[in-house]
Amino acid sequence: MSTDQSAATVESLTARFGDQIRYEQPTLTGMPVLWVSREALVDILEALRCLPEPFEMLYDLTAIDERMRSHRDGLPAADFTVVYQLLSVSGNRDFMLKVALSEHDLTLPTAIPVYPNADWYEREVWDMFGIRFAGHPNLRRILMPPTWNGHPLRKDHHARATEFDPYTLTVEGQDKEQQALQFVPEDWGMKRHNDDTDFMFLNLGPNHPSAHGAFRLVLQLDGEEVIDCVPDIGYHHRGAEKMAERQSWHSFIPYTDRIDYVGGVMNNLPYVLAVEKLAGIEVNERIATVRVMMSELFRITSHLLFLGTYLQDLGAMSPVFFTFTDRQKAYVVIEAITGFRMHPAWFRIGGLMQDLPKGWDRLMQEFVDWMPSRLDEYERTMMENSMVRDRTVHVAAFDTANALAWGVTGPNLRATGCDFDLRKKRPYSGYENFEFDVPLGTNGDAFDRGQLRIEEMRQSLRIIQQCIDRMPEGDYKADHPLTTPPPRDKMLQHIETLITHFLQVSWGPVLPANESLQMVEATKGINSYYLTSDHSAMSYRTRIRTPSFPHLQQIPALMRGGFVPDLIAHLGSIDFVMADVDR
Amino acid sequence: MMDWGIFSPTVIDALVAMLQAVAILLVAVLVSALLTVVERRLLGLWQDRYGPNRVGPFGSLQLVADMIKIFFKEDWIPPFADRTLFVLAPAIAMASLLLSFLIIPFTPTLGVADWNIGLLFFLAMGGINVYSVLLGGWSSGNKYALIGAMRSSAQTISYEVFMGLSLMGVVAMAGSFNMREIVSAQEGLWFVIPQFLGFCNFLIAGFAVTHRHPFDQPEAEQELADGYHIEYSSMKFGMFFIGEYVGMLLVSSLIVTLFFGGWQGPLLPPIVWFVLKTSVFLMLFILVRAALPRPRYDRVMTFGWIVCLPLTLLNLLVTGAVILLTA
Repeated sequence: MSTDQSAATVESLTARFGDQIRYEQPTLTGMPVLWVSREALVDILEALRCLPEPFEMLYDLTAIDERMRSHRDGLPAADFTVVYQLLSVSGNRDFMLKVALSEHDLTLPTAIPVYPNADWYEREVWDMFGIRFAGHPNLRRILMPPTWNGHPLRKDHHARATEFDPYTLTVEGQDKEQQALQFVPEDWGMKRHNDDTDFMFLNLGPNHPSAHGAFRLVLQLDGEEVIDCVPDIGYHHRGAEKMAERQSWHSFIPYTDRIDYVGGVMNNLPYVLAVEKLAGIEVNERIATVRVMMSELFRITSHLLFLGTYLQDLGAMSPVFFTFTDRQKAYVVIEAITGFRMHPAWFRIGGLMQDLPKGWDRLMQEFVDWMPSRLDEYERTMMENSMVRDRTVHVAAFDTANALAWGVTGPNLRATGCDFDLRKKRPYSGYENFEFDVPLGTNGDAFDRGQLRIEEMRQSLRIIQQCIDRMPEGDYKADHPLTTPPPRDKMLQHIETLITHFLQVSWGPVLPANESLQMVEATKGINSYYLTSDHSAMSYRTRIRTPSFPHLQQIPALMRGGFVPDLIAHLGSIDFVMADVDR
Repeated sequence: MMDWGIFSPTVIDALVAMLQAVAILLVAVLVSALLTVVERRLLGLWQDRYGPNRVGPFGSLQLVADMIKIFFKEDWIPPFADRTLFVLAPAIAMASLLLSFLIIPFTPTLGVADWNIGLLFFLAMGGINVYSVLLGGWSSGNKYALIGAMRSSAQTISYEVFMGLSLMGVVAMAGSFNMREIVSAQEGLWFVIPQFLGFCNFLIAGFAVTHRHPFDQPEAEQELADGYHIEYSSMKFGMFFIGEYVGMLLVSSLIVTLFFGGWQGPLLPPIVWFVLKTSVFLMLFILVRAALPRPRYDRVMTFGWIVCLPLTLLNLLVTGAVILLTA
């Protein structure tokens, strides 16, 4: 990330837009944060989109309710702030724009003409904060049920079930809810028939074998051809971001495991790294290496699940049992090291929950030796099978430009041939010390997305092998007052550590007021946590940007004109879990 | 002279034939039901897992448990379904395939009917079988079922065209539609060798007509969530379900009869040879399901019309020419 370039961009923007640029906020996010006026917002987005090294992707769009925030030194007055985070793949840098809004006038112009993937993000901001986007074609709720009252991420909205009246569902209530879920094609600008055909509207989901969770997709069909489709998400929404505002920094860690629920400790990593940035903790090499090793192990288990279900969606019923056998082998290692299988919540602020157990290297080595021949077998029996190729090659293909416009990241982006892997481009947690390749695809089709993940598993095995071979010595917790919980052996000896321990366990660590952000190359794409601390034991705002959300938003753009079986093949090749979409 | 009463020799013959027919039908249904368990165990074996092994020793009573379950489930007819057709469809599915067993000669003495139109009867019953899926899917009033029925009828009709044609080589060589004569015509050489193309095509068509993987597009779980029988429950579903296995059994028996010399074989009694040969093809059905992914529906149709049909015609042409030349 070039800070010179970013400074130059800020300068040129200031020169062009003058006092429309209100304030440059210093943060720990590692990118320039500019407060701009509402009037100039779209022009500034457009300008950033058209730089020589453009910001091709609207990486994230969210908001913050500022009304309860006490540490706002120097920030422009605002009741709500809308945050636009842009990503430049060509320049490998980020940019953040903020717009201040007053609660009496919560309206912004839509950014869809500049970035098409603003669509769902703006709906989410409307749903969660009640901020309107003028010109948005379908500004309706996306995560909450259409019958919901209020906007949950506002500070004055209840956070706990006990703050509500007891929940009751009457027959009338049920009818009302079902009525609200009825799909009305006209609402989405769809026609029920054209000159010679009556279209069929098919509800695929929320319960469907290939929907990979509670995901609903309404298809407009002409025979088996998909004319158009409307994805409907939110059935798996648990309000993880809201929960973050009532959990201590430490006790939120287990919630992160359940965002991408097949990613395990990989989810802890961006959160813990972002908290450590706020706290100013630097961990030693051993901690960083163990974190990399466990994350890569979870990348393998996640990709194995992907591979099995992807092939199952193509109608091959056996591979999933074989990949689950492999996953079980991985879970034996994971369980021995962390004491838990899918959601170990094993990383801690400033370290790990425990040191590696004795003999971990033997177990891990067994797994690393087991996998390669299995991967070869999957490739030989399935990926080289002509029926699999027939179902996937050139199916649901998109190019790099399309991927960037829709916010696609991770293996799905690399399948288009775009070499953008954060582990190489912006090494975190010591990835720069490892030798591995970044596999790339060429066609960006459903086949490349499958093949590439097999190759990624091989690279992850390489990284794990290097971890086994040169695991550094060291403590498993950083020596820092904000390390949570503090080392127990020291706590039993120093009164100072005892007091800290007591406070951190009973109340929680208090982090300095600031903002930080950490992206990681997670199993499904780029996952990041954008934390706002208000000098308190709890987060003021936690924004979880997940890769699956934009991946699903892209579906209609790809599937128009495809066949139902192609749609199923595409759904299988995206690799999403609904918890990662809905949070 | 003995007084036979009403039990004259003809009547006794008729009674024996009827009992034999009932026994064969019952055995066919029972074997098909047993096949469901065999399939699950075999799939388990090939998929690195056990399969059902809890009920009885080695899971042997699983079938009983399944039957108790399926008989006692609520027999639900959706309010939006067309009642008459909805009830009729599974009956057609089961009956049309079971009736085809009439023509199978299991041993030189065992078998129900010895007709000169034997093979044609099977093709006719296969044609009727399409209606079960079509009517079942349509009368369910469910969109998934409708798409499944649509796929099924298109697919079955395409594949039945060359299913019949692929057997004509055999008929020409044996000079008869009579199944017993076809078997005896194979005494020197099984028809699978001179009619290899015909065998391949019939095998493929057999998979397609019984909706077995990889030609199970009409019920493709991942796409249509079970397709045409999505609304069926209890024994109505059971009839579709068992019907599929009856179809497997029928096609395997036909392959054995038409291409692999039927009951013929050295040493062992004829019925054992018949059972052994048929089991091989039943397992092939199951192995294919475990091994292959599912092609796209339109590719299946293209494959039928562009590859299988011309090959079948070619086979028929060559067979005819050879017969004419050697005659």
